[in-house]
Amino acid sequence: MPDLAPSTRRRFLGLAGSAAICGTVPSVTVRPAEATPAMLASAIRNVVGEAELHTGKVKLDIPPLVENGNTVPMTVSVTSPMTPDDHVKSIHVFNEKNPQPNIGNFYLGAQAGRAQVSTRIRLADSQKVVAVAQLSDGSFWSTSVDVVVTLAACTEEVL
Amino acid sequence: MPAALINVPKKAKRGDVVEIKALMSHIMETGYRRTAAGDLVPRDIITSFTCRYNGAEIFRADFFPAIAANPFISFFTVAKESGKKEFEWIGDRGFSETASASITVE
Repeated sequence: MPDLAPSTRRRFLGLAGSAAICGTVPSVTVRPAEATPAMLASAIRNVVGEAELHTGKVKLDIPPLVENGNTVPMTVSVTSPMTPDDHVKSIHVFNEKNPQPNIGNFYLGAQAGRAQVSTRIRLADSQKVVAVAQLSDGSFWSTSVDVVVTLAACTEEVL
Repeated sequence: MPAALINVPKKAKRGDVVEIKALMSHIMETGYRRTAAGDLVPRDIITSFTCRYNGAEIFRADFFPAIAANPFISFFTVAKESGKKEFEWIGDRGFSETASASITVE
């Protein structure tokens, strides 16, 4: 995945500059800051570090078409024998366009017996959701799913 | 009012993989919403969830604002011995709740 390379200072400054330009355009709605694919990549890098990120082993079950982004059921499972020698240490879930790139970190171990976690998440927009699993041998595996959201989570809703 | 809902099988055979479900009622205010006056509503979320089985940690999760209100979590564990599962939720503004459930392993 070439777009997962650590973002350079130049790219960051470029993004900051374009954000500043957007800020000067008068807008009617007040939009919260949106995570960008670069933030997604750097959030993943924070977890993975310099290790190689493989594709596979991880399965992300999430409806491809979501009516209400406020509560989206999500299940992450990882193909693993879950023995003391070969098990999943942690599962990390990220998104592309919520205000923050992180969704949740889940720490399990060999005693889990089955590497599967379910929860309910919020999605502010149609976007990519990425799940990364760290195995006991230190390798990282990932998968991503594109989700279409018709009613976004209420980050812009006025109380 | 904080209220936890926990689902742990009462009985299991030794070595079985059992599913544990836990739900805590909580607003999970993201900190990105605004009032009509334009002020940000301060963040108020649960940040951490832990499950211990007879004192040993078997599962832990970090939550972010992207976890839906009333956070629900389901995970698995191997039924090794009879005992108590303790659940703990910790969050913003000093939020701290615990709950427990017993399992009999035959």
